[in-house]
Amino acid sequence: MTLPIAGQTDAGKAAEATVSDVVIRFAGDSGDGMQLTGTQFTNTSALIGNDLSTLPDFPAEIRAPAGTLPGVSAFQVRIADHDIHTPGDAPDVLVAMNPAALKANLRDLRDNGVIIVNTDEFTPRNLKRAGYESNPLEDDSLNAFRLYQVALTTMTRRALEESELDVRSKDRCKNFLALGMIYWLFSRPLEPTIDWLRVKFRRRPEIAEANVKVMKAGWNFCDITDAFQVRYDVEPARLEPGTYRSIHGNSALAIGLVAASRRSGLPLFLGAYPITPASDVLHELATYKHFGVTTYQAEDEIAAVCSAIGASFGGALGVSCSSGPGIALKAEGINLAVMVELPLVICDIQRGGPSTGLPTKTEQADLLQVMFGRNNESPVPVIAASSPADCFDTALEAVRLATNYMTPVVLLSDGYIANGAEPWRIPEVEDLPDLRVDFHQEAEGFMPYMRNQETLARPWAIPGTPGLEHRIGGLEKEDVTGNVNYEPENHDHMVRLRAEKVARIANEIPEIEVEGPQSGKLLVLGWGSTLGAITGAVNQARADGLTVSRAHLKHLNPFPRNLGDVLDRFERVLVPEMNLGQLALLLRARYLKDIETYSKVEGKPFTRDEILHRIQAIAQQMAGA
Amino acid sequence: MPATEATPLTRKDFQSDQEVRWCPGCGDYAILSAVQQVFPELGIPREKFVIVSGIGCSSRFPYYMNTYGFHSIHGRAPAVATGIKMTRPDLDVWVVTGDGDALSIGGNHLIHTLRRNVNVKILLFNNRVYGLTKGQYSPTSELGKRTKSTPHGSVDFPFNPLNIAIGSGATFVARSVDIFMPHLKSVLKRAAAHKGSAFVEVMQNCNIYNDKAFAALTDKTGRQQNGLYLEHGKPLVFGDNQDKGLRFTGTDFEVIDLGNGKTADDCLVWDEKHANPSLAFQMASISTGDGLGDFPVPLGVLRAVDAPTYDAGVIDQIDELTTARPQTLDQLIHGTDTWTVDAGGSVHRGAN
Repeated sequence: MTLPIAGQTDAGKAAEATVSDVVIRFAGDSGDGMQLTGTQFTNTSALIGNDLSTLPDFPAEIRAPAGTLPGVSAFQVRIADHDIHTPGDAPDVLVAMNPAALKANLRDLRDNGVIIVNTDEFTPRNLKRAGYESNPLEDDSLNAFRLYQVALTTMTRRALEESELDVRSKDRCKNFLALGMIYWLFSRPLEPTIDWLRVKFRRRPEIAEANVKVMKAGWNFCDITDAFQVRYDVEPARLEPGTYRSIHGNSALAIGLVAASRRSGLPLFLGAYPITPASDVLHELATYKHFGVTTYQAEDEIAAVCSAIGASFGGALGVSCSSGPGIALKAEGINLAVMVELPLVICDIQRGGPSTGLPTKTEQADLLQVMFGRNNESPVPVIAASSPADCFDTALEAVRLATNYMTPVVLLSDGYIANGAEPWRIPEVEDLPDLRVDFHQEAEGFMPYMRNQETLARPWAIPGTPGLEHRIGGLEKEDVTGNVNYEPENHDHMVRLRAEKVARIANEIPEIEVEGPQSGKLLVLGWGSTLGAITGAVNQARADGLTVSRAHLKHLNPFPRNLGDVLDRFERVLVPEMNLGQLALLLRARYLKDIETYSKVEGKPFTRDEILHRIQAIAQQMAGA
Repeated sequence: MPATEATPLTRKDFQSDQEVRWCPGCGDYAILSAVQQVFPELGIPREKFVIVSGIGCSSRFPYYMNTYGFHSIHGRAPAVATGIKMTRPDLDVWVVTGDGDALSIGGNHLIHTLRRNVNVKILLFNNRVYGLTKGQYSPTSELGKRTKSTPHGSVDFPFNPLNIAIGSGATFVARSVDIFMPHLKSVLKRAAAHKGSAFVEVMQNCNIYNDKAFAALTDKTGRQQNGLYLEHGKPLVFGDNQDKGLRFTGTDFEVIDLGNGKTADDCLVWDEKHANPSLAFQMASISTGDGLGDFPVPLGVLRAVDAPTYDAGVIDQIDELTTARPQTLDQLIHGTDTWTVDAGGSVHRGAN
């Protein structure tokens, strides 16, 4: 929404206006602390009770040359007094710490949007680095926006005149001056960030206090001067009663895996190799050793998955976490787990590709890789998380499938939900699924490849159990005995058996639910992180009077058993995907149904309006037909 | 173990019901026999043994042992074994691998497992050729090796497996020969007793694709003439009549003829526990291992030093933190910053 330029006024004070929804983007050099600034604003807003959604956007380079466009790091946060689904299409407010940050982000800003710039950085040299021919602060090119020019660096140094810190350390506090200003502008309390600073820098209180001082200076600057004519507030959203926290996707995934470990009684083992944007799962789980979690930073992606398979053989919950390039390296290991039929959870936090691609950007283009990127017939269940908080539930579901069916399971997430945050209504532990596992104990009649007649799972018989000594491996198994077997009929049987085992999962996963009319003209079907943009677009289309339905897939292999029926009930099916139509390909092959793909592979999530416009275009075509 | 005392395990207890399918005359039979003889003597219940292998002729080994076994994928056995040992320290984990499996496709896992000192035993059957793929040269094949993939002779230099192990920081490094049964068994027992990564190179004859690769060492005269049987605290004496010795000049080893005033006292006394691995590295370097050079082939334990194991370090951290930081799952899920929406829609900081 557009921020109003007038509001209720008390004498001598800025006017006050309440808005229902605001999108703020913090942008600066990758060393300017924009991710941290944005995260603080997000957490404070969460504690106020706003609904929120975030979109971090940072470069692959740790510190690209200062002041250049490739070095710009941004963090977008949307806060609202109502239920929202996306981090917002266009910012209402842009904080630009230097010319490059302004240049890289200006095109996204809403008309009449607020720009706060650090004038100290608008030097001829920095302007040239950012590719500006003339100073945009002086050449009228920003006339369509509400520009606020603030000497952030100068003010920061002035606020810290009496501090013992060196100039460099003082200057590093300038993001907190901007944060203080934004806190004032949107009527947020400073206490949550002050508390956080004092805990974070408890061993370096001088740093904490410098940042507190600078943040207060930013707040006071706005409060005392007439810098802003209007001050805004966003009231709490009417969220369902309960206790909430703000959570990132990777964090929800890590906590979900610990919860699954506790609910199953299996110690969690994570084998991982550092890779963007999956490393945070390793980092976070490494801090949960007190939950009996073993994390293993392996020598490579292959060792990461193989160690997890070894851990599962021994009776632990083996997990490996990576992104597309690492998943490619794990393919042979995953296939081993298919053959030896051991539980294993593979988390693929997708990023832009192929090859090294866009490490810090988002994409959904590993679906076909995880479905088919292994030699021979290699059925693997695939599930996808649809939002940051949903990563928690998806982790539990992955573990449930892996242990119930004795199979590797792929969990798909992506950079957008991995690094994005949203409020999460914290579940009661006793409401979480019961994932208890019984290891096989009975030696009498034991065969390593005998099967549960319902699930077709083989027994999990772990080393150390007397009388169950057996050998498994990648060579084809004889049905029931598990002995090496090269017979043609046995191989054919086993290939079909492994496929059938995975297919049977469809018998017990929930049917897909259609939101909106249960049949009719248009179904928008999504999977993974497109949920928010699709939901926002479909809701808006309906508000605009269009008839459109929506459904979202969590289980991608096997599909829910009613999916074919659902597709048949609609004249047209639109699948927005951050790839060139991978789910659509699977659906066409499986259901012989014409599926319309809406692709976007820009390394950025869909905006609500992009999907809305496509829905509108289809509605127009159908009305004209 | 009470069960073990009641009914001592025998060699037969470790023989599986699977037909052994190595080529007749393969050195692997002898190694299998040695392992089946040694395992019952270790006092470990049978169900506690896990044998992990990769791919290749040697890697069929687990199928023939009536223990828990995992025939994994090419080169990755050390990684699988590491995952097992980290989560199941109670198990006795052995890796069986070959020169191609361990030193070519799996080189990375081997060196890092040894570097970490994971408490697993690694038996590398070195026959200097790819057998299961029918006769290509391997990373231990001698320069100029003519094989199907190198019809004009290989032009790359081979690895010395012992030096890979020593260079990786292995805490136990030893070598034996497939058909030197008593020696092999004693080396296996030493490896089993070692706390940490134990690396054992077993010279193994592939009678199909690389027959007699170690004949100069293994034939009747070679055993004494060309084998240097290392023993901790004993002088380096070898030869038909123990008539030769090795002394260390300060930079190199030198063969000396004993007699004429030269005695075992002039030879270097072998110290497998020497903290600095340089001497073991240099000892491993005196011979390419086939007995054809001017120096004998060092056999036995080159290095055996004490160091903390990786798996114990990992588990100690978990145990310590579990005691020091008790936290419920509910507390973990809540994190540090929560807010509560009550039924009336009002919001306050913290949980209910």
